[in-house]
Amino acid sequence: MSDDMDFEEGGAIKKFMFVNRKAPYGTIYALEGLEVVLISAAFDQDVSLAFVDDGVFQLVKGQKTDGVEMKNFSPTYRALEGYDIEKLYVERESMETRGLTEDDLLVDVQVMSAAEMGDMMAQQDVVISF
Amino acid sequence: MLHIVNKSPFDTGSLASVLRVAKKDGGAVLLIEDGVYAAVKNSATEASLKAAGMPVYVLQPDADARGLQSRLMDGVNMVDYGGFVDLVAGHDNVQSWL
Repeated sequence: MSDDMDFEEGGAIKKFMFVNRKAPYGTIYALEGLEVVLISAAFDQDVSLAFVDDGVFQLVKGQKTDGVEMKNFSPTYRALEGYDIEKLYVERESMETRGLTEDDLLVDVQVMSAAEMGDMMAQQDVVISF
Repeated sequence: MLHIVNKSPFDTGSLASVLRVAKKDGGAVLLIEDGVYAAVKNSATEASLKAAGMPVYVLQPDADARGLQSRLMDGVNMVDYGGFVDLVAGHDNVQSWL
């Protein structure tokens, strides 16, 4: 953590993890978090997304928001690959507690145990939580 | 009394409080917004809803928004906004468990 970011000279690449722990439509956190992730893509950093607790609900297939007149932002998770954001981590216990399996998710993710998720978090330079 | 729950049961204890406190005779539970997650099949909350001892309703537009159309447990009743109004009108009183 001692290196300062130096964008002008290309600078050091840091490991950024965005931790998503909220369901998608009941609060604004999930959508705002996704906006920040997209912005982060412009800075050529090592970005990953973690989905823990109700955050796993953000990735459920088949979201259809016409009836609630809100924007369905779930297709954006599939577009992240185009921004070179390919590290999507889901904690297994959060998924299973909520009656979901990997087949219920709309993107390819790496499913991992709580301990493995903790290891991933510990490896980061910066963790930002939504 | 109609008990309305709008928070995820995995995030807050409001549904658990309803199921603990509510008088079952004449009672009903309506899940809206993130409350609908309680009715997901094979979830940790499915059993407690099955044992609610009251009719359980789910607001369909909120379930659809969250991708739950085909992922809900048996035994819950889907309602649209008109059905929401009918439930409110059909009970003597209403409590929103915020």
